[in-house]
Amino acid sequence: METIWQFDLVHFWAAALAFSILMYVLLDGFDLGVGMLFGISGDAGLRDRMLRTIAPVWDGNETWLVVIGTVLFGAFPAVYAIFLSAFYLPVAFLLGALILRGVSMEFRGRSTRRRWFWNLGFSGGSFAAAFVQGAAVGALVKGIDVDSGQYVGGPWDWLSPFAVFCGLGLVAGYALLGASWLVMKTRGDLREWSYHWLLRLLAISIGFIAVSFVWTLLAGLNITDRWFEAPVLLAVPVVLLLTGVVGLIWSWRQRLDRLAYPMAALIFFAAFTAFLLSFWPWVLPGDLRFDQAAAPPKSLEFLFYGAGMVVLPIVVLYTVGVYWIFRGKSRPLDE
Amino acid sequence: MLELDPVILSRIQFAFTITFHVIFPSFTIGLAAWLTTLEGLSMATGRPVYRRLFDFWLKIFVVAFVMGVVSGIVMAFQFGTNWSELAARTGPIQGPLLAYESFTAFLLEATFFGVMLFGRHRVPPWFYFVSCLMVAFGTSLSTFWILANNSWMQVPVGYALEGQQFVPTSWSAILTNEVLWVRFPHMLLAAYLTTAFCVAAVGAWYALRRLYAEESRVMLRMGLGLAALLIPFQLVIGHLNGEYVEKHQPSKFTAIEGRWETEQPARLLLLAWPDEAAERNSFEIGVPVLGSFFDSLTFDSKEPGIRTVAADERPPFLIPFYGFRAMVGMGLVMLFISWTGSVLVRRRRMDAGKLPPKWFLWATALSFPSGFIAVVAGWFTAEVGRQPWVVFGALRTADAVTPSLGTATALTSLLIYIGLYSIIFPAGTYYIHRTIKRGPGNEIEADESTEVKVHRRALPLGQ
Repeated sequence: METIWQFDLVHFWAAALAFSILMYVLLDGFDLGVGMLFGISGDAGLRDRMLRTIAPVWDGNETWLVVIGTVLFGAFPAVYAIFLSAFYLPVAFLLGALILRGVSMEFRGRSTRRRWFWNLGFSGGSFAAAFVQGAAVGALVKGIDVDSGQYVGGPWDWLSPFAVFCGLGLVAGYALLGASWLVMKTRGDLREWSYHWLLRLLAISIGFIAVSFVWTLLAGLNITDRWFEAPVLLAVPVVLLLTGVVGLIWSWRQRLDRLAYPMAALIFFAAFTAFLLSFWPWVLPGDLRFDQAAAPPKSLEFLFYGAGMVVLPIVVLYTVGVYWIFRGKSRPLDE
Repeated sequence: MLELDPVILSRIQFAFTITFHVIFPSFTIGLAAWLTTLEGLSMATGRPVYRRLFDFWLKIFVVAFVMGVVSGIVMAFQFGTNWSELAARTGPIQGPLLAYESFTAFLLEATFFGVMLFGRHRVPPWFYFVSCLMVAFGTSLSTFWILANNSWMQVPVGYALEGQQFVPTSWSAILTNEVLWVRFPHMLLAAYLTTAFCVAAVGAWYALRRLYAEESRVMLRMGLGLAALLIPFQLVIGHLNGEYVEKHQPSKFTAIEGRWETEQPARLLLLAWPDEAAERNSFEIGVPVLGSFFDSLTFDSKEPGIRTVAADERPPFLIPFYGFRAMVGMGLVMLFISWTGSVLVRRRRMDAGKLPPKWFLWATALSFPSGFIAVVAGWFTAEVGRQPWVVFGALRTADAVTPSLGTATALTSLLIYIGLYSIIFPAGTYYIHRTIKRGPGNEIEADESTEVKVHRRALPLGQ
């Protein structure tokens, strides 16, 4: 019995981890995307209105990253130790970018002489954070060097043409999420501007997804074994992806403001599902499985009875609640 | 000259980033409570001064809170990037404690913070008040879990070693660790005192400039009143913290004391400079018997010296020794100022239309950093005093560092953080300073170029 319960808790925490990652990507993804669109648009009026849509929610979004970090630390300490040492520099770049971006957002409104600097920090930080996250995912797909539970590669191993490509892909993807968010939250010229970018970014994102898929196949990376073992599994993400793409195009044509973000999110969900299906139950294909990396039962239980069973549902509830409070088109009164 | 290797660079980076980080929570924990109090008072009395103060301090809170959130994200990852051996070995204990922190606290604060900032016109007043309360509650919960984790590193309990891994055997032992229950209130009170002195200092500064008489009086009376009430408790709890160090961490205790030889009765050293090779102080000033008195509350107890600790288990001398004195010194400054304030209130020197003595207002205005200095000095004493251990008595810091980490890589990340923080810290301080200069009730959209046009609502005294 003991082993089965342990087995279940490992599954629970792996699922909670996947859920946190998905929450982070879908939530911080759109506000990083808005940050990049902010950089693309030079218009001061549009910029202020863009920021207004994310101001109440961005730091709640960002804290899902902390949840990911601490769930890894608590439930899968071996993964936490290996990943963070392998991605030492990208993590430093990512955190640096997020810090710069967060304070810039806050400081730009308080400054005129130096506003250009904070504007640059906000959009540049958003680009950099998205790029580094994508590059790290690419590096993970390519595989990292591990020996007896420790990272043994160099500090720049993560940086490869494939990782750079994935980094750019996530930049496009987050920008797509951002555009779909703006479509939902704004009116008038900003809404039209966002629709304009929505379609372009969709085309670019599809291009990135297709090329990275082919690239992964041609490079004969470890994770493709999975695809050949059970091609049926791949059908699920493909169907989700196509639904998202069609839905997004439809919402663009019909100007259905509230459909765009869910459809863009569906595209991300599809990509994320494909990613999970390619790995599970491995963390590092061939080297480390999730159950081998898990913390002892006593740690998982302690986490489960409080954080997992009680707090996580409450967190989800009040996250939904806060989004509900700020629902609809953003209003100047919220400032 | 210090030899730069990944261990020392990682220690410097951790110390640097956490020092930068702790400044903001020590301010915002108290500020959240202060804002909740103001909102409650405003709802209960309907006096506009409370609402004006709320809006004013909310602007300061935003800057401090955002800097706290973004610098806190770094902390959640540094255990893995720089201390992967520690993470892999103690993860089963430290991981869940930090996960609880992010689940219960971090998300609670960050989410309701949005409502606090932008929700005034979106939610009913009672819900707005609850949001303030949630933020204040979240910051305190956060303190608890961080202290639970750190207290386990100071005095590890409730674990067993399985191979190299620290596996929890009793979570109740970890959470009822007596050390945790003196350190958590110590930090919480420190945060409240820090904020109380910032609030009082702003009040004093306005009083000196004859500005915002009503707001200034509320801030002085509430800030100093709270401090006067809390500081005696803090001194007692501080003493209890000293007792746990004496009982569990003789190496830290003797370094704080600074005496090399065991003495009976023991002196209290006020100043000292160590000669570590000769195992003595090359210079010292001490008071006889007082050491025995403070350590054991007797006049003739025997108190151990640094020599009783094995040479390879001694922490550095200077930081724990002077850090402790800086912290206690700040505590005494706070005691003096806040109690003087109480006397002045009793003598009706802070009533409407009256002005407290100028020297007192200056002292209060200049005391704004006292809490920050005490917090940082206290943490430096606790953390550097724990060396050479990362988990006291169980895992050495040098064995905890990431094996694959090279000197150049560690230096790169350290320089990134130093570069970034040296931009945003002065900027944040500047914006807070400007908000204070503008004063409460001046709802001018922030803009440097319009600064001259800001109309100060200068009220005559005792309006």
